[in-house]
Amino acid sequence: MNPEGSPISRRVREVSPSGIRRFFDLLASMEGVISLGVGEPDFVTPWRIREAGIYSLERGYTSYTSNYGLLELREELASYLAGRYGISYDPHRELLITVGVSEGIDLALRAVLDPGDEVIIHDPSYVSYVPCTVLAGGVFVPVPTNIENDFRVRAQDIEKRITPKTKAILLGYPNNPTGAVMDREELVKIAQVAQRHNLLVISDEVYDRLVYGVEHTCFASLPGMKERTILLSGFSKAYAMTGWRIGYAAAREEIIEAMMKIHQYTMMCAPTMGQMAALEALRAGDADVEQMVAEYDQRRRIMVKGLNDIGLTCFEPRGAFYTFPSIKGTGLSSEEFAERLLLEDKVAVVPGSTFGQCGEGYIRCCYATSLVEIEEALERMARFVKRHQAR
Amino acid sequence: MKEILRILERDARTTPQQIATRTGKSLSQVKRAIKKAEGDRTILKYKTVINWDRVGEEQVWALVEVKVVPQRDVGFDAIAERIYRFPEARSVYLVSGTYDLAVLVVGSTMQEVAGFVSQKLAPLESVQGTVTHFLLKRYKEDGEILGVEERPKRVPLMP
Ligand SMILES: Cc1ncc(COP(=O)(O)O)c(C=O)c1O
Repeated sequence: MNPEGSPISRRVREVSPSGIRRFFDLLASMEGVISLGVGEPDFVTPWRIREAGIYSLERGYTSYTSNYGLLELREELASYLAGRYGISYDPHRELLITVGVSEGIDLALRAVLDPGDEVIIHDPSYVSYVPCTVLAGGVFVPVPTNIENDFRVRAQDIEKRITPKTKAILLGYPNNPTGAVMDREELVKIAQVAQRHNLLVISDEVYDRLVYGVEHTCFASLPGMKERTILLSGFSKAYAMTGWRIGYAAAREEIIEAMMKIHQYTMMCAPTMGQMAALEALRAGDADVEQMVAEYDQRRRIMVKGLNDIGLTCFEPRGAFYTFPSIKGTGLSSEEFAERLLLEDKVAVVPGSTFGQCGEGYIRCCYATSLVEIEEALERMARFVKRHQAR
Repeated sequence: MKEILRILERDARTTPQQIATRTGKSLSQVKRAIKKAEGDRTILKYKTVINWDRVGEEQVWALVEVKVVPQRDVGFDAIAERIYRFPEARSVYLVSGTYDLAVLVVGSTMQEVAGFVSQKLAPLESVQGTVTHFLLKRYKEDGEILGVEERPKRVPLMP
C-alpha cells in the first residue's frame, strides 16, 4: 500500500474524473432528450465498408495481423498519404495501425516522454490529451486559445511556454471541441518553433477530412516536419467508423518502432475485421466521405445561424462537426448551463469547461445529428436562453 | 445550383429560406435559381413518395421487356413515343442488352396490366416480342428503403 492507504496508484489518482460523468446519470433517467452532446457521426458506416468487414469474416480473416497492422492496409495508407498530402512514409517501418487515434495518442506520449517532460497543449482541447500525458509521466503545459483568434493556437504563445523540459507540442486541429482549423501560415510558424527548440510535434488529425471551404494542412507535410512529427489519424470520423476502432500513426522509423513496442505488448494488433473494412474505406470510400461532408456542411450553417440568432454567439467553425457558442450572456457557468438546459428543456450539450479552463463560458454543440433534431434543439435552446438572459 | 437541386430532390418541401441557410446563399439567389430550374424543365415536378401497401391500395407493377425493330431515320424514338403516350406506361427507357425498351407498367389488377401488354404493346407494328415481369415485393423505391430500419442508438454524451 502507498502511504495514503489507497489501492489505486498515485498516477491514476492524479487524473481528475471526467466532469460529465454526472450528466450520464441524469440522462439515464430522462426521456425525450435531444442530444447535441455526441462526439461521433450519426451516419452508419457506408454499406460498402460494412460489407467488406462482413466479407472478411466470411473468408475467415479472424486471426491476429502483424503487430504493425495488415501490410496491405499500410501500403494503401502510404499511397493515400502520398496522394493527399505529398508525404511519403515507408509502409514497412513508418506506419502503425492503432486501435483508434485514442491508442495512438497514448502510444505517442508513452513512447517519447520521460518523467517530468513537458508537453505543450492548447486549451481547450480533446479530453484525452491531458490524462494521457499525466499517465505517461509527463507534465501538461496549457496554451490558452480564445474566441478573438477563433480558437487557433499561436506559435508565439507556444514559444513563450517552452522550458528546458519541453519535449513536445500536441496539436489537435481541426479541433474538438471548437471546430477551429489552423491556417497554413501559423502552422509554418509553429514548425519553425519546433525546429528552433528541437521539439517533437504530435498532431492529431482525425478530423482532417471534415473541413468546410478550407483546405487541411497536414503538419508532417511542412518542410522538415516529417522527421519531427507523429501524425495520428484514423477512420472514425471521416468514414463514420467509430465502433470499428481503427486509427494509425505515421512517423519516422525510430518513433514508430518505439510505439510498436508498447502496442505489441499491450494490444497485439488492431481488430482484423476493422482493418479489412478500413482497407475498403481507403480504396473506395471517397464518394461516401464527400457526401457526408456536404451534409455536415449544411447542418453546420443551420447550427451556426440558429445559435447566433438565439444570442449564443459563435464564430464560424471550419472543421470537425462542432460549434462552440458563448453562453456568457446568460451569466451561468458552462456546467450550470448544460445541466439546466438538460433538465429544463431536454437538450444535451457538453460544457466547454470539460475541455480546459479556456472552454469556460462556452458549450460544445455537435451538428452530426439530423436536421429535424437540430431544428428542434435550436427551438428549445431559444426558449431556454430567453428565460435565462442575464438581467 | 446543383446543391439546391440535391436538397429539393431529397425533400421537395424544403423552403427557399431553409435552403438559403443550408447553402450559405441569399434567399433571393435561391428563389431565382429555383424559378429558373422550374422554367427550363430542370425541375419537372414535385411529388410525394407513397408506400401504398400501408393503406391497402392494390397496385400491380410490371417491368416489361420490349424487343423492337428500329425504324429508318427515327431509330427507337418513334416507337418509344407510341408507347410512352399510354398513361399505363409509368416509365420508359431505352436499354442496352438482349432487349431494347424497358417499360414500367402500373395498373390496379393483373388483368389490367396483362391486357395492356397484350392488346396495346405487343400488337404494335415494330414490336417483335415482350416479356412481362410482375413485381412481387418492393424493397427499395427511388433510394428509399420501404421497411422500417432499426437505428442503433449512440451514446448521447461523449466528449
Ligand atoms: C480530437 C479527437 N481525437 C481522437 C479521438 C478518438 O478517436 P478514435 O475513435 O480514433 O479513437 C476523438 C474522438 O472523439 C477526437 O475528437
